[in-house]
Amino acid sequence: MSDAPRFAPGAAVRVKDDWPERRGPCHIRTPHYIRGRRGTVVRPLGAFANPEDLAFARPAPKRTLYHVLFEQEPIWHEGKPADTIMVEVFEHWLEEA
Amino acid sequence: MAAPPRPESLALLDRLMAALEAKGIVTEAEIAERQANTDKASPETGARMVAKAWTDPAYRQLLLTDGKAAAEAMGVSMAGAPPLGVLENTPTRHHLVVCTLCSCYPRAVLGYPPNWYKSFAYRSRAVREPRAVLAEWGLNLPDSVEVRVVDSTADYRWMVLPMRPAGTEGWDEARLASLVTRDALVGVAVAKPA
Amino acid sequence: MSDDTPIPATHDIGGLARFHCTPVEHDEVPPDGFGRKVDALRQVLAQKGLMTVDELRRGIEGIPEAEYFALGYYERWLRSITALMIEKGHVQKDVLE
Repeated sequence: MSDAPRFAPGAAVRVKDDWPERRGPCHIRTPHYIRGRRGTVVRPLGAFANPEDLAFARPAPKRTLYHVLFEQEPIWHEGKPADTIMVEVFEHWLEEA
Repeated sequence: MAAPPRPESLALLDRLMAALEAKGIVTEAEIAERQANTDKASPETGARMVAKAWTDPAYRQLLLTDGKAAAEAMGVSMAGAPPLGVLENTPTRHHLVVCTLCSCYPRAVLGYPPNWYKSFAYRSRAVREPRAVLAEWGLNLPDSVEVRVVDSTADYRWMVLPMRPAGTEGWDEARLASLVTRDALVGVAVAKPA
Repeated sequence: MSDDTPIPATHDIGGLARFHCTPVEHDEVPPDGFGRKVDALRQVLAQKGLMTVDELRRGIEGIPEAEYFALGYYERWLRSITALMIEKGHVQKDVLE
């Protein structure tokens, strides 16, 4: 999974609406509030060992990490329209929007 | 204010240290040495980096593309430290850094994260109502400025490059650095006026 | 958020209504000796390859909710480090007593 990044800057993406914490012990770095949300790739940040494996001392293949930009207002139904949230998201949490 | 550790936590640390020492895993001396090293990191480093970026375009470019290299160029050892990303504030964009999941913070260049950064209130509110949090701390940004909250969730650590205050033309780096507070480097403030 | 959104994990507190009206205190007190020692211990154990930061986080995230919010920051770290050292067999369970 440390191949070339699947998404380029500007790509429209959607964060998977997945809730592994409901299935059992896990460690995930994708905050709840962006799951299922559409965002825009700012840029790939490089490939890093998957924290979901590192947390359990399992072999941890590298995954591409992205900076993804979201609009604040649709998430919270408050805030100024132009305000944004930028979050580091691993590739396996992203799909094409 | 953060409460002091409970007596049972102090006792647990003593027992854990004793057990680890008995197994030959760690020594009190190496912990003390590590602690002394960690204590040395401070926001003065981040402030010096910003002041240099304000006066040296080539360094500014390095800072924005490879924060770790920029820190090393200032003599900071970044061995083993996570990558450092630097976010540039502009007249139309203000960055605010938070870690909603834990307390990720650019410790190599800012030192220990302050208690407020680790607080439940900051972690939950900064991402949802950043303008309210900034206003409570005295920073009112006009609607023409985009507030970009940066939730530090993974392998990078993020520092803000604040805007250089007006009226500081000709100032040297040391004098400029005195305007760069730790709060400005996290984005809960702007650099102090001249 | 809509009512059918799953409840986030305890530590995943971005946007949580529970703290909506809690002011962010200007608490600038530096970490005490206990906290700095726990911090240094974590670093040394990581350097020795005995635990990763993701394992530390997994342990913190596993603390029951009431204690998660009641314990101090470095008390949560110590809880997690101790549990990890027991889990990995580096110390015995009686260290808890």
